Amino acid sequence: MRFRDHRVVGDILDLARRYRDEGADELVFYDITASPQGRSVDRSWIARVGAVLDIPFCVAGGIRSVAEAEAILGAGAEKVSVNSPALERPGLIDELAARFGSQCVVVGIDSRPEGGQWRVYQYTGDPDRTRESARLTLDWLREVQSRGAGEIVLNCMNVDGVREGYDIEQLAAARGACSVPLIASGGAGSMEHFAEVFRLAQVDGALAASVFHTAAIAIPELKAWLRQQGIEVRS
Amino acid sequence: MTDVAIIDSGGANIASLVHALARLGCNATLTRDSGLISSAARVILPGVGAAADAMTRLAESGLTTIVPALTQPVLGICLGMQLLFEASDEGPTRCLGILPGTARRFVAAAGRPVPHMGWNQLDIVRGDPLLDGIPSGAYAYFVHSYALPPGADTIATCDYGSPFTAAVSHGNFHGTQFHPERSAGIGARILRNFLERC
Repeated sequence: MRFRDHRVVGDILDLARRYRDEGADELVFYDITASPQGRSVDRSWIARVGAVLDIPFCVAGGIRSVAEAEAILGAGAEKVSVNSPALERPGLIDELAARFGSQCVVVGIDSRPEGGQWRVYQYTGDPDRTRESARLTLDWLREVQSRGAGEIVLNCMNVDGVREGYDIEQLAAARGACSVPLIASGGAGSMEHFAEVFRLAQVDGALAASVFHTAAIAIPELKAWLRQQGIEVRS
Repeated sequence: MTDVAIIDSGGANIASLVHALARLGCNATLTRDSGLISSAARVILPGVGAAADAMTRLAESGLTTIVPALTQPVLGICLGMQLLFEASDEGPTRCLGILPGTARRFVAAAGRPVPHMGWNQLDIVRGDPLLDGIPSGAYAYFVHSYALPPGADTIATCDYGSPFTAAVSHGNFHGTQFHPERSAGIGARILRNFLERC
């Protein structure tokens, strides 16, 4: 669930229940304004979400320490995802992996092509603070894995929000540099886009927000259709 | 419904298991008190993290001798299931030795990243009360880098490059490599089976 443009998408618990019942395989809760504002995610809702969800969920947003991650996992989240704080201090990934195991540690990467190379961006939750991080995406992908990231969510900013399909070229390149699970993010607009990204970029999962929030695509129909296309999905 | 002790082996994300049991009407107690554990009607050994750390914490509470002697139904989940076996290559570490076998590390390959993380299908190889009502092909949620090869106590396998043990039963000791607390309706059914049929 990505709360971009501050669009109100309904009570968080109602959404959690709705996606659980519709067959979502995993939910990611982003507080994308947490890092730019230098605060951590408000955690009071996590335990309430944990009480109703029987599928894995991941929490992202301004997690800067092992103690903060511990509180989130202790409230029932399966994983924590770090993005800007890991760019500020890459050792955070090592610390989280050492304490909780790589399987709990997701690294989110916001990336787009710039000058013929894919580059990592930071503080993308706030358009006024978004900035290039001086890192190349494929280098950062390799580094976070060597530091213990157990999963990578690659958000292709150049296609995010326009619903014209995932960035297959960028994701396929990332796949080649990624031996841990890779989740595609940004660009989903039709059911065909999901089939494409699984087939052509061999990602392990496809993340989408707006097409589900607006019910442009219903998860049960999407899964049935992917199954018809010969793509294995949980029934 | 029933008196369940969850052994506090130091993992940070036990909350999801407590939530799942609560949804089944079961109030579980998280503890490392050997008296509480010995007297509980049922015991769950969860586990996330490293095998050596978990064994160290069990040993500190005297549980490495208490757990193998338990006679009530015991369910090991994920690392908790691996700890029921003799050893793990992770460390390497001597485990509780209740079941024969050694956990081996997965080897990453194209299309098979490690950890094995996500939904995968169960293949039921032997009828068992723990898996009552669970058909082959049912999806469960896995998160692990080590796995047990199928053995005499295996009741369900899963395939990740080659078959591995997804669930075991050995007398009063049971285990799932997957996380029933995160496996939607299938997982809830398995936890209910453990509470009511094992």
